[in-house]
Amino acid sequence: MKDDDARKPEATSGVSRRDFMKISAVTAALPAVLGPKVVHAAGEDVPIQGPGKVTVTLNVNGKKLSPQLEPRVTLLDALRGPLDITGAKRVCDRGTCGACTVLLDGKVVYACSILAIDAQGAKITTIEALAEADKLSPVMQAFVDHDAQQCGFCTPGFVVATTAFLKQHPQPTAEDIRRGLNGNYCRCGTYNGIRAAALLEQGGKQS
Amino acid sequence: MTQYSWPDPALRPLLGKKIDRVDGPSKSSGRAKYTYDYNPQGLLAGKILRCPYAHAKITSIDTGAAEKMPGVKAVEVIQGPGTEIFWAGDEIVGVSAVDEGTCEDAMRAIKVEYEILPHFVSDAEPPKNIATDTGPVSKDDFEDMLDNQVPDEQVISAIEKRGISFKPTEKDYASYKGMGADPSIITALEKAKYVEAENKPKSPYKKTATQTTGTPDKAFTSAAAVSEGLYGASCIVHSCLETHGSAIEWPGEKEMIVHISTQNVSGIAAQMAEPLSVPASNINVLQQNVGGGFGSKFSVDRWDVTTAKLSKKASGKPVKNMLDRKAEFEVAGMRPSAFARVKIAADKDGKITAWESRSWGTGGVGGGGTPPLPYIFEIPNQRKQNTAISTNQGSARAWRAPNHPQAAVITMGAIEDLAAKLKMDPYDLMLANMDIAGPRAQTYKEEFAIADQLMGWKKNWHQRGDTAPGDIKRGMGLSMHTWGGRGHNSNCDFTIHPDGSVEIKMGTQDLGTGARTIITIVAADALGIPMENVTLLYGNNKYPPSGGSGGSTTSGGVTASTRRGAVNARDRLFAKAAPSLKAQPEELEAHAGRVQVKGDPSRSLSWKEACAKIGAVPLTVRGQNPNKDEPPDLTNSGVGGVQMADVSVDTETGIVRVNKMVAVQDCGLVVDVKTAESQVYGALIMGISYALYEEKILDPVTGRVLNPNLEFYRLAGLSDIGDLKVHMMTGKGYDERGVIGLAEPPVVSPGAAISNAVANAIGVRVPFLPLTPDRVLEALEPGGANASV
Repeated sequence: MKDDDARKPEATSGVSRRDFMKISAVTAALPAVLGPKVVHAAGEDVPIQGPGKVTVTLNVNGKKLSPQLEPRVTLLDALRGPLDITGAKRVCDRGTCGACTVLLDGKVVYACSILAIDAQGAKITTIEALAEADKLSPVMQAFVDHDAQQCGFCTPGFVVATTAFLKQHPQPTAEDIRRGLNGNYCRCGTYNGIRAAALLEQGGKQS
Repeated sequence: MTQYSWPDPALRPLLGKKIDRVDGPSKSSGRAKYTYDYNPQGLLAGKILRCPYAHAKITSIDTGAAEKMPGVKAVEVIQGPGTEIFWAGDEIVGVSAVDEGTCEDAMRAIKVEYEILPHFVSDAEPPKNIATDTGPVSKDDFEDMLDNQVPDEQVISAIEKRGISFKPTEKDYASYKGMGADPSIITALEKAKYVEAENKPKSPYKKTATQTTGTPDKAFTSAAAVSEGLYGASCIVHSCLETHGSAIEWPGEKEMIVHISTQNVSGIAAQMAEPLSVPASNINVLQQNVGGGFGSKFSVDRWDVTTAKLSKKASGKPVKNMLDRKAEFEVAGMRPSAFARVKIAADKDGKITAWESRSWGTGGVGGGGTPPLPYIFEIPNQRKQNTAISTNQGSARAWRAPNHPQAAVITMGAIEDLAAKLKMDPYDLMLANMDIAGPRAQTYKEEFAIADQLMGWKKNWHQRGDTAPGDIKRGMGLSMHTWGGRGHNSNCDFTIHPDGSVEIKMGTQDLGTGARTIITIVAADALGIPMENVTLLYGNNKYPPSGGSGGSTTSGGVTASTRRGAVNARDRLFAKAAPSLKAQPEELEAHAGRVQVKGDPSRSLSWKEACAKIGAVPLTVRGQNPNKDEPPDLTNSGVGGVQMADVSVDTETGIVRVNKMVAVQDCGLVVDVKTAESQVYGALIMGISYALYEEKILDPVTGRVLNPNLEFYRLAGLSDIGDLKVHMMTGKGYDERGVIGLAEPPVVSPGAAISNAVANAIGVRVPFLPLTPDRVLEALEPGGANASV
């Protein structure tokens, strides 16, 4: 690794948004996982993680996992690569499409836009934990009933997003759904089924 | 005589019902595995360093530093010094390393120097003074025509009139046949006269000779109404959510396992064999699920060959190399643009009498597609001419119904404008021209009536220009479309096991269309057993080959081969079971989980009991489509569809919203109404997306794609789609035609219907898709409808 310097907070000019995010995360690393190196930046002593691999402790679907990761690795890539939890998909890889949606302490997040090292300490829930053994969750079943999937690549993200949305809106109106499930893209065009699944799964009425 | 024909409606326990997608649970639970998810122990990452310039020559490449970096396993130069590069994003060097981050570090360490050359990326209207291309057809010209699916008669006419400047080899002929060239084209090539290539100045424009039918000038002069306008659709990108790519390993020196995101499981090995010098028989191609294809995933791409080479260099370890989103936008295919100036005429009753079009568009360096103009309507007097523009961008690939959506936008737009000129309802004008609407005219007529009911067209339609007060204007538009959709070549091995379980092996794929579901339905329906008893093994080139999933050919192909396999297996089973029922095999039927004497349930065996008569070894037969020895033909060609759109346009902001869309669609015998409807809903949504939002924008200064990502290349979201109604034509007149594909046709009309609805709402035509706010506001300016491109 030759670009140690580029990862210091003071060297942010000319970097992309993603690079900046990766740099920011270094400054925000938790004291609990203090690295060997500390620099003084922005008036504070800041521990430096990496650039090589460090142990990152993640609570995924109720299991404590401790992969060795470079600090620049996103939560999505940590899940899909070393942890082999592949339900969340990489599509846009920059926080637009929602295919990588997971829950962080119950909140919907795009796993491509959070670093694994920053997800330490949070309860991470992926699509894999929403079904109990072989039984589909009610939202998954609604997706099947209303044929809310075609190629299926966006489907896990949509199911996670819909699950979280329905927790917040147990009796959603069509307008709630229109606004609440607009953060995920589908290319095959399954929105009609998703709309119906979100509305009818909770015993709502189709407008 | 074996009864292969589709059963009578009364004898279809499963066919034509609404049945859940069999892969629904695996997809909704996230368990479905895609190529992108392939993640074995020891997997290496692969990435491609791409050219940042739209036109350049490579002068030097230095990979030394990259090769020495820790974690880097292989480096492969794809295009070396001296190579001319014709689009930004083209492949230069492949890298494999322990992880993606290390690949990226290595790519930064590779030094490539270029001589930058001038580029051309504009698909604006060509200058008027371009000479018609009269010189001989070069090898590039010819292959571009094939790539762009130029109509056969145009290709043949060009070859006959202009001669050819190349001498095709046997290998060329084989490759052209592989590219789908009609035998008549091959004959024309063989007979063509050789003409030495002209040394003409390079021009991006390839202008075809004007084609004239009838007497257009006379027809325009004597017409009751003549309308002139500008129409078209911009370049768009397939945007498969799973990007292109593969994961490849070498278990032996001459042996490969290829996981690839493809529409063409059975066709991949043959394409890989030659560049990698491996017998196709030693290549195992695997794919369970594919995250979208839409016409862009038929081939082995250069990056896949590179992935294989990287793996070989890395001792055969698996290397996974999926394109990143930017590359997907730059190099993995797009739909060509098409624009046209059109003049169209009718008599006072709305009978269309004459058509004149000057069209142009681009599909990358190879020029552009030629939209079939005028679309559907066989207008008696025509004059038309097309100019293909060669631009420095990644080449076009088949995009769902190649050339048809563009042809519909241009033709249906012109017809709607003509109706407005006559103050006629376009619904009436189109129906007044059914005598020139081709073989599907009766279908359109029936569909128009149903669409009217679902949309309330006759009740709510108003003359052009919403006169209600306020800035928000509302309007309705319609369009119609056609497609072939005959089933492709398909084979399956159909096995009944002695325990009663049923297994089908077929080298096909399911793009999310419901292929798995309809194969399972057809098998279970023929055997009178539950779908759960049927296991479908697919997505492996070691199974009997089935065609690529393109051109809406899969449904007809896979259902026909499955039906024939099932009937063959059933008849063999009847022969085994008949003695114990003291009956002749032809007296038996398979019904509701039993094998019984027709109409006599008292003389029956349970399915399991009957299968136990097979003996110790399973019964396996072949099902094949087409098969002239097993009549009748179970598939067919030619469908029709009608769509209507209801939109609101904010004339202050230029924002268009779709309130409602109606699609009425025929596809012969519908196997599963549920997945068929889903496909039409999906087409409407994809149509709304390309009608209002999607456009691949190239920077004239740098020649690069300006929006190679999903935030600036906008897709329709769940909030953009309005109320959607789909009606599938079924029953008499449709069912008996057999199974016909459905993927392409419903995506043809949405752009045209929405464009027409906007014109009806605001009173002027917004010439080009997507109907973005800036284009809407420009059209509302005085003279806007004829604005420059």
